[in-house]
Amino acid sequence: MADQKTITVKIKRQDGPEASTRWEEFAVPYRPNMNIISVLMKIRENPVTTSGKQTTPVAWDMNCLEEVCGACSMVINGRPRQSCSALVDQLQQPLTIEPMSTFPIIRDLQVDRSRMFDSLKKVKAWVPIDGTYDLGEGPRLPERKREWAYELSKCMTCGVCLESCPNVNSGSSFMGPAPLSQVRLFNTHPTGAMVKDERLNAIMGDGGLANCGNSQNCVQACPKGIPLTTSIASLNRAATVQMFKNFFGSDHMVD
Amino acid sequence: MAKEKEFYWRRLHSLLGLIPVGLFVTMHLFINFSATNGAESFNKASKTMESLPFLLILEWVVIYIPLMFHAFYGVYIAFTAKPNVNRFGTVRNWFFTMQRLTGIFLVVFVAWHIWQTRLQKAIADAEVNYDMMADIVSNPAMLAFYIVGILAATFHLANGIWSFLVSWGITQSPKSQKVATWVTMIFFVLLSVVGVMAILAFV
Repeated sequence: MADQKTITVKIKRQDGPEASTRWEEFAVPYRPNMNIISVLMKIRENPVTTSGKQTTPVAWDMNCLEEVCGACSMVINGRPRQSCSALVDQLQQPLTIEPMSTFPIIRDLQVDRSRMFDSLKKVKAWVPIDGTYDLGEGPRLPERKREWAYELSKCMTCGVCLESCPNVNSGSSFMGPAPLSQVRLFNTHPTGAMVKDERLNAIMGDGGLANCGNSQNCVQACPKGIPLTTSIASLNRAATVQMFKNFFGSDHMVD
Repeated sequence: MAKEKEFYWRRLHSLLGLIPVGLFVTMHLFINFSATNGAESFNKASKTMESLPFLLILEWVVIYIPLMFHAFYGVYIAFTAKPNVNRFGTVRNWFFTMQRLTGIFLVVFVAWHIWQTRLQKAIADAEVNYDMMADIVSNPAMLAFYIVGILAATFHLANGIWSFLVSWGITQSPKSQKVATWVTMIFFVLLSVVGVMAILAFV
């Protein structure tokens, strides 16, 4: 055991939402094919820092472990990403792990992503089918459009695009790229488009579309490869048209 | 700022940056370029501008009001960003940061430039001509300040055109935005050549 390989991990920790932050360093025994989650689990088994100090287990969120739920996002070696799909063998050591600090921190690596879900409600990111009578089946999407829309629907509200965006921070109300791209998705859906003006007006409110500064980090960071900046530019065009419709009045709000 | 008006302020900011502020800057640098043909040529060009009818109204409507709105709202925009080029070292992220840095620098530079030229005419009855500029840039530090100011302005304008094209939904696809990057950067280089040659003509 004496010459067993170890991984050095530095973790930015915080005991509660208002608590001060500190860095703790851990030495974790190496196994092939480890991901960051398994590193954190190893620390949980034996929460002792490299200086021999007994500490609390690190708190983090996780769920699906296959990069589709978005819960385990954190900043690993300076890049926001999912810890389940971040493989130790592909990362430079020592590893540094931080919470996505653009969100309110609950504890250690746990963050509160509520603002994204609130934004999705604000922009009506759904297809409205509830009513007093059965609406029946909606129109079919052309297959190529369905394939395209599927890419946008891969968004898992993980928060990586918000963390990478310089315009999403405590000093700004910008909702970030993820909910905006969902507006494009649901405005493309034939049934969803029946309230497309409501969605556009929602993102033309404060903290909406116009707060994008085009740094285009989001599209670099998105783990799902969603064309976020294309969505934003496309919404910009739609918003330009909507702006004139709102001002002069129009009979074509939803077509 | 009134509630739920941010979208319109931002769009206005984007529009005014091009029309009239960007157009004015371009014209300004081209008129200055006439100094490369000697003092007389510059004085003639500057006199033509000064002889425009309703000059004061034109100055306020075409230059000062749009410029002040663009500058002050721009400072607000710049300070609501938290640049992160250390994390994402892409060209676009660098340009994003540069757009904000040049913008803040330009507020200082333009304020100084207006004080040194236009306000001297208004307050001290000085004449804005070739000799005035030659006198200013005879100080090497001032010349350097002006060159940096011109380059900041040309970059801010060129990259601002790129942002305008995205913000108004004209360039949407990644390819069109890439083409726009090249076109606006060529514009940046060309306008910089005009601007820097113009200021060097006063040395």
